Amino acid sequence: MSGLLVAEDLHKSFGPTAALDGASMSVAAGEIVAIMGPSGSGKSTMLHCLAGIIRPDAGKVSYRDQELSAMSDSRRSALRRGEFGFVFQFGQLVPELTCLENVALPLRLDGVRRKDAVRRAAEWLDRLEIDDVAGKRPGEVSGGQGQRVAVARALVTGARVVFADEPTGALDSLNGERVMRLFTAAARESGAAVVLVTHEPRVAAYSDREIVVRDGKALDLERAR
Amino acid sequence: MSIGQAFLGLLEARPRHGYDLKRAYDERFGADRPLAYGQVYATLSRLLKHGFVSVDNEESAEGPDRKRYAITDAGVADVERWLNQPEKPEPYLQSTLYMKVVLALSTGRPATDVLDTQRAEHLRMMRELTRRKGAGDLSDQLICDHALFHLEADLRWLELTAARLDELAGLVRS
Repeated sequence: MSGLLVAEDLHKSFGPTAALDGASMSVAAGEIVAIMGPSGSGKSTMLHCLAGIIRPDAGKVSYRDQELSAMSDSRRSALRRGEFGFVFQFGQLVPELTCLENVALPLRLDGVRRKDAVRRAAEWLDRLEIDDVAGKRPGEVSGGQGQRVAVARALVTGARVVFADEPTGALDSLNGERVMRLFTAAARESGAAVVLVTHEPRVAAYSDREIVVRDGKALDLERAR
Repeated sequence: MSIGQAFLGLLEARPRHGYDLKRAYDERFGADRPLAYGQVYATLSRLLKHGFVSVDNEESAEGPDRKRYAITDAGVADVERWLNQPEKPEPYLQSTLYMKVVLALSTGRPATDVLDTQRAEHLRMMRELTRRKGAGDLSDQLICDHALFHLEADLRWLELTAARLDELAGLVRS
């Protein structure tokens, strides 16, 4: 299997429950892949393994042909900070910082000078059509605006893969659509791949391809035909 | 589709020639299926017969397209009546997909494949509509959303049915 990010024969159990039982999938550079499946099917576990957040019991995950589990912790953290971005359902922004500071944060952690970090963060807020919330704290903005701040923060470092776990799960249809439209457009523009976990078909429809996780396996129904 | 009422609604704004009416209809409501000219003039002659439209000028030149149609009071009343009357909700009680699933199960074929094949096809269509929506204006967005919500409902049914196949298999084979 080839690709930017490749998972091969992953196994992962939580106690007696096997979340993944021989699951394989790959993501090409710039590709938007939706991972779907019934609740408890292991789709979030798949995402966490792909992102190197959890280590599978067996099988391997490779990013640019480098196996994640073979990397040192510091190398893996650097990868997660520099090449990977994350968008979760909610609660991922630092409440004490303004939205602009939240977006600038990963750059600052990477040693980018404050002035440059703020400028680049402002550009991303503008791209996601939320330049008006720059000075507000996360608690003062709407759910949809908060998610767009999270998307900006995930992409600001020039991440090559953005992992998104139910990014619209807490939003109404209209705001969910808006987040997905801006998110996928921004990812395509910057050439980032997206791994999107969702249970909503309308959200998955923004992807290029769908993987269904079922009985611990990852199925590509469209290629299988 | 209620082409007749749509024509009346368009004519209520202002009188139009047949060709103009067809173009307005295709632009707003036609989606991928423009009206055939035969359909346009058949509809107009029916509206004329019922007294819902009248010809408000007839130029000397030949051909049906020289006629300009205007709505009558009876036509306005008909539009009014139609707008206030709810559409009958589609109950979707006769589903080919359900039929396929039952027959696959009762003949010992893998019903999961039937559901998976359909799922892939539905998602492909949803992707296409999502792209179209992204490139279009508000009208395109609303029309595509209407279709997307229906397709999503189908997909949810496919998921739910996939989760209940064993139960259904027991029922079908007994």
